[in-house]
Amino acid sequence: MSDHEEVSYGFRRSDTGRLVLRTDLVERGLLDTLADQIMNIMAPAEQNSDLDPIARMVGIDPEIEAPTDDVVRRLLPDAYVDDPESTADFRRFTDRDLRTAKVAHAAVVRDCLARSGEKVTVSADEAQSWLAFLNDARLALGTRIGITEENHQELSDLPDEDPRSGMYHVYDWLTFLQESLLQASFFQDS
Amino acid sequence: MYPLHNGGVSSTETEVRPREELAEEVLPDTPWITIVWNDPVNLMSYVTYVFMTYFHYSREKAEKLMTDVHVEGRAVVSAGTREEMERDVTAMHSFGLWATVSKNE
Repeated sequence: MSDHEEVSYGFRRSDTGRLVLRTDLVERGLLDTLADQIMNIMAPAEQNSDLDPIARMVGIDPEIEAPTDDVVRRLLPDAYVDDPESTADFRRFTDRDLRTAKVAHAAVVRDCLARSGEKVTVSADEAQSWLAFLNDARLALGTRIGITEENHQELSDLPDEDPRSGMYHVYDWLTFLQESLLQASFFQDS
Repeated sequence: MYPLHNGGVSSTETEVRPREELAEEVLPDTPWITIVWNDPVNLMSYVTYVFMTYFHYSREKAEKLMTDVHVEGRAVVSAGTREEMERDVTAMHSFGLWATVSKNE
């Protein structure tokens, strides 16, 4: 990804105010795969057809259970500390909406990639979805490789054979993309 | 929930009060809070962006709260009713921040 000579500049704002990311085929493929994975991980469960139609209408899942996968637990964390009952209630009322929102952000990213070539152009609205998606993808990768405040260097120095090495480099690249998009889309104005 | 001002005679629910007086009394009396916790992934700039975008805090206030999260490990970012705090925590989770609801004690 960062092997080629050309320096990557991340997102930049064009003269017309649009946000532009120059990419190669590998980078676009990687972003698309990650967005697809987030959509799969976050896909809301099929709803039981016996469910009270009113509950279904307002998006309540009486049967929702606490996620067991570390990545899902990080993307949909407990809303209360030391209060399993309130945490479970919160999940029943919010799990479906939160999953739907995260899937929608990833879908926006996939749409942008599908219509783009080397130059990926993103509107201000789409940039918000990109920021949320990049964050979700970083949370997912960061959780898988066990990132902490202290072990960035250690992960960065891992030998290529270590499966965490590739994931760390993708994580690092997503961090760079997210920071560049924040600066170009938000902090340039504020 | 409301402090009493009438010499111990409790006010009734039907009592009409000026709006400013209500606001003054309700604000300090916010029994629930939203806490955002530090984590090793979220960027400092992203956390600031979330606080500015969702809560409409000034950049100065958002950066102060972000720094508190980073340095102290946590910060109280909003206070209000339990329902309001659950709404704020839902929003924080949608942005990917690690947030919880607590009783203000």
